[in-house]
Amino acid sequence: MLFVQLVIGGIAQGCIYGLIALGFVLIYKATETVSFAQGELMMLGAFGGLVGMTMLGFPYWLAVLSAIAAMALLGVVLERAVIRPILGQPAFSVVMLTIGIGYVARGAITMVPGIGTDTQALPVPYKDEIWTVAGVVLNVEHMAVIGATAVLCVLLFALFRYSKLGIAMQAASQNQLAAYYMGIPVQRLNGIAWGLAAAVAAIAGLLLAPITFVHANMGFIGLKAFPAAVVGGFGSLPGAIVGGLVIGIVESLSGFYLPDGFKDTAAYVVVLIMLMVKPNGLFGEKLRKKV
Amino acid sequence: MRFIFKTEYGQDINLAKHGGHVFWYSALMLLLLAAPWLFAEYWLAQLTLVLIYSVAGLGLMLLAGFTGLFSIGHAAFLGVGAYTHAVLTNMGVPFPIALACAATLSAAVGLVVGLPALRVKGIYLGIATLSFGFIVEEVLARWESVTGGNAGIHVKKPDIFGWVLDTGDAFYFLCLAVTVLATLGILNLLRSPTGRAFVAIRDSEISAQSMGIHLAYYKTLSFAISAALAGIAGALYAHNLQFISPDQFNILQSIDLLLMIVIGGAGSVHGAFLGAIFLITMPQVIAMSKDYLPAVVGQAPGLQGLVYGLVLIAFVLFEPMGLYGRWLKIRTYLQMFPFYRKGMFKRQKSFQKSDRLK
Repeated sequence: MLFVQLVIGGIAQGCIYGLIALGFVLIYKATETVSFAQGELMMLGAFGGLVGMTMLGFPYWLAVLSAIAAMALLGVVLERAVIRPILGQPAFSVVMLTIGIGYVARGAITMVPGIGTDTQALPVPYKDEIWTVAGVVLNVEHMAVIGATAVLCVLLFALFRYSKLGIAMQAASQNQLAAYYMGIPVQRLNGIAWGLAAAVAAIAGLLLAPITFVHANMGFIGLKAFPAAVVGGFGSLPGAIVGGLVIGIVESLSGFYLPDGFKDTAAYVVVLIMLMVKPNGLFGEKLRKKV
Repeated sequence: MRFIFKTEYGQDINLAKHGGHVFWYSALMLLLLAAPWLFAEYWLAQLTLVLIYSVAGLGLMLLAGFTGLFSIGHAAFLGVGAYTHAVLTNMGVPFPIALACAATLSAAVGLVVGLPALRVKGIYLGIATLSFGFIVEEVLARWESVTGGNAGIHVKKPDIFGWVLDTGDAFYFLCLAVTVLATLGILNLLRSPTGRAFVAIRDSEISAQSMGIHLAYYKTLSFAISAALAGIAGALYAHNLQFISPDQFNILQSIDLLLMIVIGGAGSVHGAFLGAIFLITMPQVIAMSKDYLPAVVGQAPGLQGLVYGLVLIAFVLFEPMGLYGRWLKIRTYLQMFPFYRKGMFKRQKSFQKSDRLK
């Protein structure tokens, strides 16, 4: 029973990692750049929800939706304002740029009077509820994370499989130049990819907030989503979720069965092993550079 | 505009290209030597810290700026060096031997980290080094019998075979000597075949390989040298603070080191020093300007992070060559006055350089 509970806890945590990793992968596939600001976008999303619920007095769903929409807009604006001008520069410039965005987000949030420097709980309707199913104690907050991630995955799958926008994004990620020649507005799609990634990050933040708390440094969890993205293969959307689940479960089990200290490093040990054994990840494609 | 009339091939690799170099660097050296008598104790301590960070920056510059391998866990090497040195010094080992051991152990660790670098590149390498940094930090915190865990350990004064350096001035001269040696070492390395191989790998791995450069050997070597320099810097850092704990070597320290490289100017030895000066003076400037800002902004704990982030974004967007690149432009402007044109340092976009290869 304990084992099942640990696994479910791990899956819930893994879903969060998976959602953040999904943001990395979306951005990577669209613009071939890696965003280190994903964790901070998640933090901003959680703060957005908090502001909506406590300061503006929105009902739960309205607050959630407005936070997601606001973050999506922020993602589009970020892409337009700072990412687009340096596309085509070495990949590391973008990494440093997004690290800078992360610093700014973290610093700016501490300047919001009243909420910035404190640690708050997000008042969600399902706070602290528990289900008991066949002797297993299930935390509703964890189940909400798992359920929401599943729904989001189905929606994203449908988007990429059936909608014109999703298919255009796939085309652009395979070959930008060819897609551009086919009349696909690649730059606009890049903006949309950033918006989508920011929205997914905001959802992750809103789901994580009831489990941990809302505070300025919650974005550091984004650093654990890198292992998730690598384990899954950096260019694969399902891989991101699977990688997140692997990392979450390993972390949860090693926290219980192994000595202190392994919980925090389990994700990194897994990713180092993965990089040595199979650098392209579970779902990554094997690419070789031609001259 | 200065035109150098070359009469020998040796002039191509001279460290000082012309009399101006000799004059200005001698002047700088004299200033640094006279610093203990010129500056107050507080500023001398800051200068010492700049020198220590410059050594670490030189290491990272060699790896990131000249070999093109970005490490997001460089604080780990700093930590390995600092702890090795602290433990050995506390056991009574003389400073030079302890420093050599710190550098060697860091280099050995660098070799181990360099191994995945042979298989992975770009962002994967970044993530591998990031992971490694976290693991080292955790080991430092958990291996309590040696490192003292999260409580940290105190470090004795440096002791060079019975000559104890217990004043700030003496320690400053020690750091200055190490920094000068490290700088000359790096400059020499960069004009040697090894250094040229590093730069070739940075510019294009494929063409370097086809020129007969053994990628695995040179990449691992670059990691090892870089880690050794970081280890030396870590050892000096430990003496400077006289107390070390694992959280001084966390991800934020690694990012600070990277920030130093990018703001100083990746791909230039000057950049490491300019970056270190930036990194040390910025908190002072922020602290001084706090009183003039509105309370909400000035008293926020995240002010420093915000400023760092904005400066970093501004540099990546507008001055990718960093402070040194800006200086180059100013110098060219003055040299060519009034013929400087706007497009002289224009960046080229390189959309063709995709890692995705279909």
